[in-house]
Amino acid sequence: MTLSESTIYDVTHLLNGTVLLLSFALLYQRRLFGVLSAFAMQSLALALAAAWQAFANDAPHLYITASIALFFKTIIIPVSLHRIVINLGIHREVETALGIGATLIVGASLAALTRENLALSLSVVLLGLLMMITRRNAVTQVVGFMSLENGLLLAAVGVRGMPFVVEISAAFAVMVAFIIFIIFGVFFFQIRERFDTLDVSYVERFRGERH
Amino acid sequence: MSAVHLVLLAPLLGSLALAAVPYRRAAAWSNVAISAVTLALSLSLFVVEPYRGRLLFVDDFNIYLVVLTAFVAFTTSLFSSSYIAHEVETGRLTPNELRFYHAMYQAFVLTLLLALVANNLGLMWVAVEGATLTTALMVGLYRTHEAIEAAWKYFILCGVGIALALFGTILMYLAAQPIMGAGLAAMAWTELLGPVALMDPTILNLAFVFLLIGYGTKVGLAPLHAWLPDAHAEGPTPISAVLSGLLLNVALYAVLRFKMLLATNEGVIAPGPLMISMGLSSLLLGSVMLYRRRDIKRMFAYSSIEHMGIITFAFGMGGAFANFAGLLHMTMHSLTKSAIFFAVGHIAQVKGTQKIADISGLTSSHPALGWGLVLGVVAIAGLPPLGIFMSEFLVLTSTMARQPLLAIPLVFGILLGFGALILRLQSVAFGPPSGRTGPVTASLVPLYAHLVLVLVAGLYLPPPLVAWFQTVARLLG
Repeated sequence: MTLSESTIYDVTHLLNGTVLLLSFALLYQRRLFGVLSAFAMQSLALALAAAWQAFANDAPHLYITASIALFFKTIIIPVSLHRIVINLGIHREVETALGIGATLIVGASLAALTRENLALSLSVVLLGLLMMITRRNAVTQVVGFMSLENGLLLAAVGVRGMPFVVEISAAFAVMVAFIIFIIFGVFFFQIRERFDTLDVSYVERFRGERH
Repeated sequence: MSAVHLVLLAPLLGSLALAAVPYRRAAAWSNVAISAVTLALSLSLFVVEPYRGRLLFVDDFNIYLVVLTAFVAFTTSLFSSSYIAHEVETGRLTPNELRFYHAMYQAFVLTLLLALVANNLGLMWVAVEGATLTTALMVGLYRTHEAIEAAWKYFILCGVGIALALFGTILMYLAAQPIMGAGLAAMAWTELLGPVALMDPTILNLAFVFLLIGYGTKVGLAPLHAWLPDAHAEGPTPISAVLSGLLLNVALYAVLRFKMLLATNEGVIAPGPLMISMGLSSLLLGSVMLYRRRDIKRMFAYSSIEHMGIITFAFGMGGAFANFAGLLHMTMHSLTKSAIFFAVGHIAQVKGTQKIADISGLTSSHPALGWGLVLGVVAIAGLPPLGIFMSEFLVLTSTMARQPLLAIPLVFGILLGFGALILRLQSVAFGPPSGRTGPVTASLVPLYAHLVLVLVAGLYLPPPLVAWFQTVARLLG
């Protein structure tokens, strides 16, 4: 089946726009579980966008990127973060450094420049950064990082015929897996023993200088 | 299979083997042996025909960094074996952590070498990302609260940095793809060099800014340096040595490669001023921060920021002379800074503390170690006749010749850093000894080997080496 250029373009835009929209959804969540589901939705949209590019541009290797996004980021990561939050008894409210309303205004100004595909993914990247800056809980920071990474993969799958996309998505998956399973599983469990919270401002209270 | 593949294969197999070896002594010595093999193989690159493949390549620029990396990795593995022996005796590391440490050490060397010889922007990015991952895990090895914080900070800051570098890489490909077509060629250094002249300058500008910020985070350039002091202070000292001596160089290498590419396009912003301003701010920040440090490893971490600033400044100035000075400074800083960390590692073990206030009179309690530190600090502060004096002098003269006004902040920064280092050195090395004065069970060979090299380089640079640096400096443009 051959598709017209404009159909390909429209569907690509639709899917990329969905990813961007879900970036905003990430920003206004007040509950940790809400953040996790919004992230899962965003990863699902990314998986669809990657699969669409694979189909439309006849680039079968992108199906691998799509399946990494689908299985790893839509299912495994949110489910395990969910379990970590329950098992460690982490505070279920989102702890903000900047209020939700203010964050959304800043976010809107970051996305205002958006028109083309690349700019759409750049906005997702910037919104991910914004989330890392304005949310204090370690779980939300990691989700912000992964959302930023979703923006990057969106850019990478959108550029025709880019080599190493699969390797890059795999490298990111490994990195995120390390962050979650090592930092959370081992490191943060020990921090919690001392501080009883996962708020990173407690981690940062210690500035590294020994007094 | 060519020599380049073998250079990469040695640490790869080494890493897998060390993950399987549980016995401590055997593991430490196999680590040394593997590093020695890697060094020997990397030296063979000089003899064989330069390899130029689709994914890997060797040219005059990266070959010298490969050899430097393999050399410092080898001497650090020697230092590591005596350092680790002490850590195990005092019970700071368990056998399992040790196995992990050795496997990660080789994996780290592998990623550094791969980043250097990669003939592909994407492959290089994957390698630098791998280097971030392996070192972040090692920084958190001691599982203390401080170490966990350092690892977390490192992960988050360098993770974002590396993500921005990826965006820059994607943009580079986006600029190349319309001209060179889809596929591997549009991401290969060797292929890109000509067609860059035809690419869209606006996309290239955007790409370079992302790449400079992204890889600049890993170089530790101000204001993106926040991860560096923590990572250096809290990890095992051999890791501090390779972080300062090698990882920062490799990240800077990435920036320089992109600078070389952009130089051939007429319409692109000049990367020079950006690099000069980041370099100068790192230099000034590093030297000011040196004054109020209480932790000896943190202090030398700030000194690394200062020196990476000088090197970035030199390459930002550009031209054959300043590039030559930058290359020399890169080499001298690697050797000297790792030597200092070798000394500091043993000092912290002997004294049982990293606090500067609790360490004094090292030259009388532990003469060999103490004088090693004195020599190292004198070298890093830039006193003649050691190598760093010569490279700083060259940076300064080339600045004087081209941009005399920029020489003022440069000299100010260098002198500021000099003052702080000498001030601290006095209390640490001289005066009455304090704290524990037990004997050192350290191998001082790697420490003095580096210092001798730095001294020799300060007095006499062999003509072939000078010719080599000159070729590379011209290549850098």
